[in-house]
Amino acid sequence: MLCAQSIEKKRFYMSIQFNEQQMAECKRLIARYPEGKQKSALLPVLHLAQESFDGWLSTETMDYVASVLSIEPIEVYEVASFYSMYNLKPVGQFVFEVCQTGPCMVSGSDNIITYIQQQLDIKPGETTKDGIFTLKLVECLGACGYAPMMQVGKIYKEHLTKEKVDAIITEYRSQAAVKN
Amino acid sequence: MSEQIFFKVTIDNITIEVPAGTTILQAARQIGGTVAPPAMCYYSKLQGSGGKCRTCLVEVAKGSEKDPRPMPKLVASCRTTVMDGMEVKNITSDKVIDARAGVVEFLLLNHPLDCPICDQAGECHLQDLSFDHGKSATRYEFQRRTFKKHDLGKNIQLHMTRCILCYRCVFTADQLTNKRVHGILDRGDHAEIATHIEKSLDNEFIGNVIDVCPVGALTDKTFRFKNRVWFLKPMDAHRDCPTCSGRVTLWNRGDEVYRVTARKDEWGEIEDTPEGKPGWICNTCRFDKKETSDWVIEGPRAISRQSVIAQGHYAGNVGMTKPTETFKAVNGGRTPHLLLDIHDESEVNQPQLHLGKIHGPSHGDTFNNKIENA
Amino acid sequence: MGVKLLLDKAHVPGIRTYDVYRREGGYRSVEKALKEMTPESIVEEVKKSGLRGRGGAGFPAGMKWSFIAKPEGVPRHLVCNADESEPGTFKDRYLMEFLPHLLLEGLIVSSFALGSNDTYIYIRGEYAWITDILEEAIKEAHANGWLGKNILGTGFDCNIHVQRGAGAYICGEETALIESLEGNRGNPRIKPPFPAIQGLWQRPTVVNNVETLASIGPIINMGGDEYAKIGVGRSTGTKLISACGNINKPGVYEIDMTISVEDFIYSDEFCGGIANGKKLKACIPGGSSVPILPANLLLKTAKGETRYMNYESLSDGGFATGSMMGSGGFIVLDEDQCIVKNTYTLARFYRHESCGQCSPCREGTGWMEKILQKIETGKGSMSDIDLLWDIQRKIEGNTICPLGDAAAWPVAAAIRHFRDEFEWHINNPELSQTSNFGLQHYADPIHVPA
Repeated sequence: MLCAQSIEKKRFYMSIQFNEQQMAECKRLIARYPEGKQKSALLPVLHLAQESFDGWLSTETMDYVASVLSIEPIEVYEVASFYSMYNLKPVGQFVFEVCQTGPCMVSGSDNIITYIQQQLDIKPGETTKDGIFTLKLVECLGACGYAPMMQVGKIYKEHLTKEKVDAIITEYRSQAAVKN
Repeated sequence: MSEQIFFKVTIDNITIEVPAGTTILQAARQIGGTVAPPAMCYYSKLQGSGGKCRTCLVEVAKGSEKDPRPMPKLVASCRTTVMDGMEVKNITSDKVIDARAGVVEFLLLNHPLDCPICDQAGECHLQDLSFDHGKSATRYEFQRRTFKKHDLGKNIQLHMTRCILCYRCVFTADQLTNKRVHGILDRGDHAEIATHIEKSLDNEFIGNVIDVCPVGALTDKTFRFKNRVWFLKPMDAHRDCPTCSGRVTLWNRGDEVYRVTARKDEWGEIEDTPEGKPGWICNTCRFDKKETSDWVIEGPRAISRQSVIAQGHYAGNVGMTKPTETFKAVNGGRTPHLLLDIHDESEVNQPQLHLGKIHGPSHGDTFNNKIENA
Repeated sequence: MGVKLLLDKAHVPGIRTYDVYRREGGYRSVEKALKEMTPESIVEEVKKSGLRGRGGAGFPAGMKWSFIAKPEGVPRHLVCNADESEPGTFKDRYLMEFLPHLLLEGLIVSSFALGSNDTYIYIRGEYAWITDILEEAIKEAHANGWLGKNILGTGFDCNIHVQRGAGAYICGEETALIESLEGNRGNPRIKPPFPAIQGLWQRPTVVNNVETLASIGPIINMGGDEYAKIGVGRSTGTKLISACGNINKPGVYEIDMTISVEDFIYSDEFCGGIANGKKLKACIPGGSSVPILPANLLLKTAKGETRYMNYESLSDGGFATGSMMGSGGFIVLDEDQCIVKNTYTLARFYRHESCGQCSPCREGTGWMEKILQKIETGKGSMSDIDLLWDIQRKIEGNTICPLGDAAAWPVAAAIRHFRDEFEWHINNPELSQTSNFGLQHYADPIHVPA
């Protein structure tokens, strides 16, 4: 068990920086654009940074991305806050992003959302106390034919039913248990 | 080779020739008066500004001589360039009046309407716009969006709740300073001007964001709540400034300098210096030189007679020409071709008299005795 | 069975891989285009085909291509718009997921026609796994000489890069997409200048939808004239329709635009009828932005003629009694669905996705959402309906980009066709929370849909 002080220390020593492999990926992303247009890589590099540093973009992370791309920090803040996929606050290990737009709604997404809330005992936008799950309500994810649906990380979970939701929660709980 | 091409454009029935590449708004401003559409986000001195607020929408009734088709939608006059033979309707178009009333309503939807305690009151473009094009009541019945106030350094206060997101201050920071630290964060109706983490704007020219702000979102902290602008006497003054042009307007009460701003023209934009450059002023001139002895006073600043600031002070000719007797003189030497055909409107005026053919001003005599001269 | 040009090989096992795709006749159009044709003749062929942009606006693709400026020494770019975010639309996802090489094939030919050496696919951020599929396909294409330097020895160089967006519907608008590709906020640009003159990095740029570009391969293979023979009138070729909502068989279908709407909904080959034996109430035939149509006007035009699944027929009657083909997102609503609630969720979507740049859209979308929520929760008043109508009218046509129109149209159409349901909600605040207006719109037995 880490005490608060040592967590602080760990953060300090780790300070935000891509490791070698991440840096190579970052360079590959930048190389896709013409000389001097490295800002174009901002979106993909932010994705990379989010994946690399705890699933969210802290101010330090964004400042670091700005330095990597040689742009002003405010340019990163502007972009990161515009797009809904970047988390500007800490999130749980797994984020349930449940679609609530028209086509999912007509297929019963309301019931699924209520059910997930009950099962995890959190409201949309909140994270469970154990830090495993965050529930987010999102707008259309392009899976209207397979509604209701949600996204967890890179994966789409479609044709949701209460039973499926139960199974998904169990699945990720056990994954989280393995990780920790 | 370098001969400039001129285009003829007709705005609200007044024809003018302007160089190719001129926008409809700039052409309309050359005509002046109510022909010029209002603009909340466009700022001629800031590259890339405009197109966002939609208050300057106009109807293009005829695209050009070559392609006379009307444009299907209203266009933003600040970002649409004129074509030869183009015909534009501003206040003569019902569609424009209707759309503009809509835009004013949208802009005021989440505006706090705290004019009684706002330092911008009296020189606020949103106030003017609402007065000219808005309605007296709102149909919005929900809670308005609010933000916390932010200090952007020791001299500038950001009151985001009043902001209409014109982006002018962002362009100003981009184009006048070498490092921008504030910007637009978030999106949609949550978008806000911010620095993300509390940062101060401390570039030597950043104070100009106060002058470009059309509303009371960015205000001068050295002036906040000190006085109302209409109690102050604006005076043109200058000083030998190593950083900027040093040409300013002082806002005095008695001998006391309450605030210093750049000089603004009738469209509320920074005036050019005699060298033809925009007269941006530096922070030292704006915030630190608050003694009359710092300045060489040139004389009273001419303020539009329509402005509340002119009340009880000086008559001037900025923004409005003093009415003179003749139509021609009022309209800068132009004789109107046809504004309204009274034949269609009135039985009193003799139908055989073609008003369009009367040279110069018409008087009772024209109708009573001198028809043959018409 | 209609003609299938895009999905005919979709069910071949392993078609996602290069080897199978090539064995099934893939990349023939690249050989033909690069070796036997000139960029001009390709553009000509696309013009002849009558192909219309499949992203929603339906602008002729060949014409769009011919607008591209060709200044000396300035690189040009082709950008594939894979930011499919229109509610109800998931056809591009299907294409890219199962037939990535079909898209690449079209992209290479189109890049050659437009002179784009660096072509970008801008894909919505949520389609992360499809990004991997595309990257893999690009690797295969490189390895087999279809991408890279001196393709097929013709001296043409081309690279395709995939960039993920990050969650913004607005980036489907072409200038917002370009801004996003440049690493900026997805604020649409003020036009003119159009992308064909100053687009990506101020260079001439063409932005095309995935399905449009995937259709280029078949067009080159069969010839523009042959392609134009499929379909009807100015609706040439085949169109992918992504059907969803309360139907038995949601999914992506390829149609040749001669099928009637009724057949499309009820035949077993396509939607398979309304789910759970319910009745059809309404349908949004072209993605959430297009006007919703009540069943009677969906199946037959106002003149009483059969309505077909093509650009002209779906828009027959204008917005008064018709709708639009849009992006082909076909959302079916059964008798249990509430129009007010549906309109509310769509209004919420547009408020969420407004970029906030211009005032009518930024403020108006939020206002409409609030009023609709008020009506939906039984707190509305009669004047709210007229107010909604007035707000949508003042947004439409007055914004920088079409998102304003897209937000206004669904509200306008819902009020136009289902005003009685809105009034019922307002007059029965309590009842409307527990029960549904159902099919009362069709009180006239002549108009009750089958």
